[in-house]
Amino acid sequence: MGKLYDRLNQDIRFIEGLNGCMNCGVCTAICPAAEFYHYDPRVICDTVQSKDEKLIEALLRSETIWYCGECMSCKTRCPRNNTPGFIIMALRKLSQELGYFTDSEKGRQQFAIKRTIGENILQSGYCVNPDIVSPQMHPEQGPVWDWISRNTPEIMEKMGSNYKQKGVGGLRTIAPEVLKELNQIFEVTGCKTMFETIEKHSKHKADELGIEISPEGIGNEYFMTVYTENNGTHND
Amino acid sequence: MVLEGKKRVWEDYQKEIADDHYFYVRSCIRQTFFPGSETTFLKIMRDDLGKDVFEDARHTTCTGIGYHTDIVPLETTMTVIARHFALMTEAGYTNIIPSCVTSFGLYTEILDTWKHFPETEAKIREYLWKATKREFKIPENLVHTSDIIYKFRDQIKERSKVSLINKKTGLPLNVVEHIGCHYAKMFPVSGIGGAEFPSVLSGMIESWGGSVIDYPERRHCCGFGFRHYVVMANRGYSVSNSKKKFESMRPYQPDFIVANCPGCSMFLDRWQYTIAELEGITYDNNGMGIPVLTYEEMAGLVMGYSPWKIGLQMHQVSVEPLLDKLGIKYKKDEKYLGARDQNIGEPQKPQFLIV
Repeated sequence: MGKLYDRLNQDIRFIEGLNGCMNCGVCTAICPAAEFYHYDPRVICDTVQSKDEKLIEALLRSETIWYCGECMSCKTRCPRNNTPGFIIMALRKLSQELGYFTDSEKGRQQFAIKRTIGENILQSGYCVNPDIVSPQMHPEQGPVWDWISRNTPEIMEKMGSNYKQKGVGGLRTIAPEVLKELNQIFEVTGCKTMFETIEKHSKHKADELGIEISPEGIGNEYFMTVYTENNGTHND
Repeated sequence: MVLEGKKRVWEDYQKEIADDHYFYVRSCIRQTFFPGSETTFLKIMRDDLGKDVFEDARHTTCTGIGYHTDIVPLETTMTVIARHFALMTEAGYTNIIPSCVTSFGLYTEILDTWKHFPETEAKIREYLWKATKREFKIPENLVHTSDIIYKFRDQIKERSKVSLINKKTGLPLNVVEHIGCHYAKMFPVSGIGGAEFPSVLSGMIESWGGSVIDYPERRHCCGFGFRHYVVMANRGYSVSNSKKKFESMRPYQPDFIVANCPGCSMFLDRWQYTIAELEGITYDNNGMGIPVLTYEEMAGLVMGYSPWKIGLQMHQVSVEPLLDKLGIKYKKDEKYLGARDQNIGEPQKPQFLIV
């Protein structure tokens, strides 16, 4: 394993995202995450460009790198053409590869994202479709969504969708041969490895904490813990 | 600045938008929450404007939400999108139009990256060949579907049945326009008007008779934040950002909000319900909230389409106050009927938000 900075510097987003930060703080001023979390993208830039391995490791194990919402408002504003959001993406990738993400409450959430969005992509061909937006998991969607969920085929037909049917159109069934291509891409390009890495380290963490975790699905205690737990200190 | 100089500066913020023959790629979020919008877009394009818009059943997600929640590596997303370019190439098209702003931002980012790092493009071509035996050409024209409606805004106006004018007062409706962050904040040259003066929605609104509200948090993110909505524990971030916008726009008394991003339009609708139920607050004067439209729905209403056929019943904030202002006739008791006009029940009433 090379130095952490060297590994970050292999990520094209890191190369594009950090040209040299002069610590002006404009990114922090525009950042929605800095407003609602204890988060400061200026400090992130300063830490990584210090090349201090201990500080970078602490960052990779921290809550901090998981606060960014990836809106990329920082990219527009930086007078030196840096993109703290891209730096964050490189840090998150490395944190997962090294298993450091399970050291933080926000980092552990990657397991819930993999089990929902990640699995859904490979099984359905969509990031999001009505089947994974259950009213129980999404109370904020309100009573209209609850009504839609109870009448999905009917309402989608009325909207001109091709819900769970063959052929073109909204919410069509993605054919098995297409899903096979998607799976092959995930295999060849390293996403399957990333998924396995998230699973492996999450299992290790769940065992360490004594929380039940199942090999698949969301019906396990560890999923519900990382999906719902908020220790309330993130905006202190 | 002299007028000539202004014109020259403004030219930097324009972009080429192909006139016809589009390869259309759908949005996961749009299909799920406001599916009538994509249907409306295709109907306007094909039936009203006579354009050729092609879609391929083999198109999949671009993985955008997986990418921006950091579980999907960049190389994977690039290869999935390269496969979409291959489908476009195989179908004989050169103009690609994503319905999703996250997708549009990613397509733009990838094409830009490949310009700076040709070795990355070569590697992705190898991955795609290894995984699917497909090859592709780079699109000649990449624009978001809202760019297309902007381009044809005058033709739509010529065929319009409704203007964005309050029928009772004769005054232009006051409209908040919200541009998805990934439309132009990452690559300002990719958006009409850039990141500073995006005119993709204001151009439509003004062409169709409305008045655009300029308010302090106009360019603030809706708060999606990807992982901050997907994971329940983080949704406070998402709703807080939307709340910041609602509070900022409230004094200007918007008649409605319109957004060009599938996520933003859904969140700005749903979070008004959430805030009403949590805090008893709405951002209008009658307890009903501010109606939120997609730009396709706005265009559909202008073209005289039925509100319940384009899917306005799928919004949590009721649109009827807006329809009344526009002078659009509708039958309230037909709002929640099924595909064959049969009774399929109705949503429950929220506790605080009036519907």
